[in-house]
Amino acid sequence: MTIAHEEVAAPVQIGVAPRILERLGSLPLHVGIIVLTIAWIVPTLGLLVSSFRPLGAFTTSGWWTALSPPFNFTLDNYQHILNTSNLSRSFFNSFMISIPATVIPTTVAAFAAYAFSWMRFWGRDWIFLALVGLLAVPLQVTFIPVLSLFIKWGLSGTFLAVWLAHTGYGLPFAIYLLANFFRALPTDLFESAEIDGAGTLTVFFRIVLPLSVPAIASLVIFQFLWVWNDLLVALVYLGGTPEVAPLTVTLVNLVGSLGQGLQYLTAAAFISMIVPLIVFFSLQRYFVRGILAGSVKG
Amino acid sequence: MASVTYDHVVKRYTPETTAVRDFNVEIADKEFMVLVGPSGCGKSTALRMLAGLESITEGQIRIGERVVNNIAAKDRDIAMVFQSYALYPHMSVYDNMAFPLQMKRMPRADIEQRVRQASGILGLDNFLKRKPRALSGGQRQRVALGRAIVRNPQVFLLDEPLSNLDAKLRAQTRIELQKLHRELETTFIYVTHDQVEAMTMGDRIAIMYDGVLQQVGTPDDIYDHPANLFVAGFIGSPTMNFVPVTVQNGTATASGFDVALPKPLDSRKGTLGFRPEALTDRAPNGSGLDMKVDVVERLGSDQFLYGQVGGDTVTARVDPRMKVVPGDRVRLGLDTRSLHFFESETERALL
Repeated sequence: MTIAHEEVAAPVQIGVAPRILERLGSLPLHVGIIVLTIAWIVPTLGLLVSSFRPLGAFTTSGWWTALSPPFNFTLDNYQHILNTSNLSRSFFNSFMISIPATVIPTTVAAFAAYAFSWMRFWGRDWIFLALVGLLAVPLQVTFIPVLSLFIKWGLSGTFLAVWLAHTGYGLPFAIYLLANFFRALPTDLFESAEIDGAGTLTVFFRIVLPLSVPAIASLVIFQFLWVWNDLLVALVYLGGTPEVAPLTVTLVNLVGSLGQGLQYLTAAAFISMIVPLIVFFSLQRYFVRGILAGSVKG
Repeated sequence: MASVTYDHVVKRYTPETTAVRDFNVEIADKEFMVLVGPSGCGKSTALRMLAGLESITEGQIRIGERVVNNIAAKDRDIAMVFQSYALYPHMSVYDNMAFPLQMKRMPRADIEQRVRQASGILGLDNFLKRKPRALSGGQRQRVALGRAIVRNPQVFLLDEPLSNLDAKLRAQTRIELQKLHRELETTFIYVTHDQVEAMTMGDRIAIMYDGVLQQVGTPDDIYDHPANLFVAGFIGSPTMNFVPVTVQNGTATASGFDVALPKPLDSRKGTLGFRPEALTDRAPNGSGLDMKVDVVERLGSDQFLYGQVGGDTVTARVDPRMKVVPGDRVRLGLDTRSLHFFESETERALL
């Protein structure tokens, strides 16, 4: 066989007038994106600027006044929280909680979603339906029964307790998200793999997982951010003990009940923000669409 | 290398919906068999049962002497090319072709050798490191073929492999597939809805309609002796002319002409069939009939006239140099050696 000629799409000529119309058509979209960006950036900037301002300034004037001379910035707030509160300890705790509480539910959900979407077993659709129903259960109703169970097993106040709790709370959504994604993979791929001799697990590891990187990446981001920022679940199952307290709990303790120490909060909050930002920016490239392009059809 | 036998095979999804009814075909070793029919006729289901992707409700399928009803797809020693190609999008061309061999736990060096060999045959040597999305439709199609070739299977199954290609590439690939079949000396089973592909590629053709096998035979055999009205209408382009007639004393009478049949039949009603090339200005011994021309189609090598004879619409194939314009009345000859007659109730061919 010889190489067939390449099909090359002819470049499409667009006239000047339609091009302007096209630009105008996307104008509202651009305006909307810019507005959203500003709405996100302004408070973040305010937080950053405030965290460098001296003690009294925080309550007497707005943060934007600091942007005009005379400049008066200080590192006091950062020094204070790094020296006095056990920030590094809670930083470590936050990782100790967030990483397993992301990895465990994502792993379990990937296997479960594969079974729900591509394996046939008795009662599959009903179980899946029940799972989707769990999405609607508010997690607060589970506090008392789960906590008393944890106390009985001696788990209360341990990392394992929060891992289990976050896994439980995260699974319904995680399975739902991944199952929908897996289901949309082309049937032909699975049939082809079956003929090629790949077993169920091989198909999962060599075909389903590599093709689902975008879905898994977004799930990891969701779950990690939720666990990292969570205060409620941590407070309930861990209590306020500083040895196990994550950043969120420590942050709350920085502020007195009358609002004293607010300026320390700005610095601490900014530090705690850094991690989610790193996670997001390092995974965002997996959001590229069209990873399936070229698998089927010409 | 092996023969394939369908022995009274039935596929039933529910008691009411039957996709394939009592399907019997024997496909010889090294044969190129084409399953053809309109969409929904059960041809793909028949192929998928052989591949092991669908269960067999009744009957037996044998590859060689081995009954494969309860053998897993991967152990049937077959390879399949899908209409969508079903390439693994995250793997390179090389890995796509190596995948079935890796699944067999073949040594790395052997895999390399087989993939190189297949890519050489298919002209894919320069593309081995590319991902499928960086390939054209024709190249993807060849990768799908390559993935089948490396397995060196007993039977090749091809499910409409050309339907995603443009017309020119399709004609070219058709020829290349035939060459490939000759080189590999393996049984090919090819499913298509395109009668041109069936006629040009198949050693034999099996025509299906509504889950029922209509006729099996060589392309010539089916073209010249269609078993029933459906086959006669499905094979051939432009389609065969069908004219309702009444037969009496060996003569068929239509609304605009009558013709003596080459073989005496009982008096009855039915449909007279003749291909456009049987109605021509070049029939020396044909019986004549008058045609009012509606449309003239010149193809360079051929000229087709579409028009009316009496109350019936017919197509004629005439010399391309004959000057005809729409509205003309022409006198054409009907070659009585290639007449077909289908009885009206069963639609079976009696002639």
